[in-house]
Amino acid sequence: MSMLIYLIPVALLLGGGALVAFLWAVRTGQYEDLDGAAARILLDDEDDKPLLK
Amino acid sequence: MSCCAPGLDGAADGAIALPSDDEVLFSARDLGDGVRQVEFSVPQVHCAACIATVENGLKALPAVEAARVNLSTKRVTVRWKGEDLPPLVSTLARLGYAPNLSDDAAAGRDGTLSELLRAVAVSGFAAGNIMLLSVSVWSGAEGATRDLFHWVSALIALPAMLYAGRIYYRSAWSVLKHGRMNMDVPIAIGITMAYALSLYETIYSGPHAYFDASVTLLFFLLIGRSLDHVMRERARTAVVGLARLQPRGALVVLPDGGREYRPVSEIEPGMTVLVTAGERIPLDAVVTEGRSDLDCSLVNGESAPQTVAEGATVRAGTLNLTGPLTLRAIAPASQSFLAEMLRMMEAAEGGRARYRRIADRVSAMYAPVVHLTALVTFFGWLIATGDWHLAVTIAIAVLIITCPCALGLAVPIVQVVAARRLFENGVMVRDGAAMERLAEADMVVFDKTGTLTLGQPRLVNTHEIDPDALEAAAELGAHSRHPQSQAIAAFKGAGGKPIKFTSITEYPGQGVEGHTAGAVWRLGRGGWAGEGEGTLIGRDGVSLATFSFEDKPRADAREAVSILKREVGPVVMLSGDNEAACRTVARELDIDVYASGLMPADKVARIEEATSQGRKVLMVGDGLNDAPALGAAYVSMAPATAADVGRNAADFVFLHESLKAVPVAVEVARRAGRLIRQNVAIAIVYNIFAVPIAILGYVTPLIAAVAMSTSSILVIANALRLGKAGR
Repeated sequence: MSMLIYLIPVALLLGGGALVAFLWAVRTGQYEDLDGAAARILLDDEDDKPLLK
Repeated sequence: MSCCAPGLDGAADGAIALPSDDEVLFSARDLGDGVRQVEFSVPQVHCAACIATVENGLKALPAVEAARVNLSTKRVTVRWKGEDLPPLVSTLARLGYAPNLSDDAAAGRDGTLSELLRAVAVSGFAAGNIMLLSVSVWSGAEGATRDLFHWVSALIALPAMLYAGRIYYRSAWSVLKHGRMNMDVPIAIGITMAYALSLYETIYSGPHAYFDASVTLLFFLLIGRSLDHVMRERARTAVVGLARLQPRGALVVLPDGGREYRPVSEIEPGMTVLVTAGERIPLDAVVTEGRSDLDCSLVNGESAPQTVAEGATVRAGTLNLTGPLTLRAIAPASQSFLAEMLRMMEAAEGGRARYRRIADRVSAMYAPVVHLTALVTFFGWLIATGDWHLAVTIAIAVLIITCPCALGLAVPIVQVVAARRLFENGVMVRDGAAMERLAEADMVVFDKTGTLTLGQPRLVNTHEIDPDALEAAAELGAHSRHPQSQAIAAFKGAGGKPIKFTSITEYPGQGVEGHTAGAVWRLGRGGWAGEGEGTLIGRDGVSLATFSFEDKPRADAREAVSILKREVGPVVMLSGDNEAACRTVARELDIDVYASGLMPADKVARIEEATSQGRKVLMVGDGLNDAPALGAAYVSMAPATAADVGRNAADFVFLHESLKAVPVAVEVARRAGRLIRQNVAIAIVYNIFAVPIAILGYVTPLIAAVAMSTSSILVIANALRLGKAGR
């Protein structure tokens, strides 16, 4: 059972990492235009970022 | 999707005036450092190629720093440096994407959605981790391990309850403050009680903690709420993105002779205003100079354009078709016809404000019953056993198991699926309550011009006209914005001998004149173009042919009316147009009851009369003069080509030309209504089974989790049937 000492923090860290990544994605406007994101993969423009305010 | 065919989009039909440069500069936002930003709505953007065309086309302009298309909302944001406006509008129009200015309020990011998404993420993270620990407890972890797992769960759940739960706490508090009840109240109480009990159990090393139940519940409910928000936001941006038919401002001639673009609200009576052909009249005024034809169909429902000259009074919202006009304002914007209509609309707003949503009605009955049951359970166990702790535990278990997860999802999930189906059919829904009201409608009232008909004349007597004269008329007609000229111009190349004109001039209010080597041709009103009445073409003053026009009904109008008669109830036409025009349309579409020459107040009176007889009226209209009637009706619908006010007042907006949208919307709303009732029934049946188990004290966290998930999945699966059926 002593494994739990490592396993629980590891599980939380992994989950927390995903949460932080998601919050970052929302904040940088990556959920603003989901249809556009699907279409833009067909464009060749390398420097293609959402406009931030 | 057949894509990238500019001008084929239903909403883009009709003569839409592009925003003027003054108007664009007026709505631009200053970002500092000399950088300005403006946002256009570009409804014709459909695919990746469109994105590339628009963005590259705009970035090619020297001053433009950045351009970004949002395909979901069909908008483009442009940033440029410097005082002067680059030719953005003309560039977009040249590329085939006619822009509209979108409302300032709609610009920018959707703050509520970001908040909901963050709350979903936090509760999802917490739910996943707590579930992991709970499964270990359910599979037999005991003693110190179980306590450790409970403590970790409590720690993870706390921020989720505070951060994600505050959306429910806020909503519950705001309705409780007003002494009302909604579904969020039992939800907020349920999750809080579950957390409090679990914390108590954890502190005293009890076997049962409900952390997973409270957080998972929150997670599911937030997903439902986010979907609901996305649906409404989508409809709202689509409606806001439609062409603005009311100008923001106008070109004012200053006393010193200079010209300045001013917002409508700053124009005072007595000021001189210039309106070019193709622009809308900004406010009520008198013509001081110029002659033109006005399209009044949006304002009073008249289908034929009116000729105005010096001294005539013109109303705000009418479209100037043929010649430039100089006007003297006679009323400030706050007292214009438009403002009058707004006031009437607010006064008429009746049936809608009183309507209570199904979910609210259910929760108003549900919450007291549930809370009473919990209270009775508490006293029952207390009297039977005298054990405080046991009584509280079981009473809270009742609250947890009845926490209306399924009920909270029952209504929004169905409405999201229904809105999706309507969206595919080109119909936008303002909110879920509108759909519930539409399902109950039992009478339909139509406006005529622009709603049952397209508001555009169609040439009907081509077979009587000499092909050569028709060809000449079509050539001349192409040089005018007058709707009748446009209708004739559509017959260009229909078989007649082409004529080469050396010069073509439009005489506003009269017609179009063309010169050939030996003759003068005129297309226009009788008396000017040649002897006779009506619209005709003449050569050197001799009439060659007279044209007759008819207002063309919308596609599928007859069929839509017959379906509505069968499925909904009586169909009535109320119009501001003259008797003869109304009779023709009523006969053609098989409408038995109609009234002509109505003022806006008359329409409202007719609807209120029907309402007082117990009818629930669906009003479909497009004009400024229909706006009060749209407000007075139980539920309302407007085409995308409607006046701004009407469009904003309507519960539904349909984007395509076909009138079939109306019966389709009614059908979807009714099916949604049935599914909502089924879902509520499922949720209640679930409670009938689950509550006795909880009252008897047999509920464990495992049973609670299984029961609540099953009921939620049942409800969602039932809602999804709406999306599948009838495709």
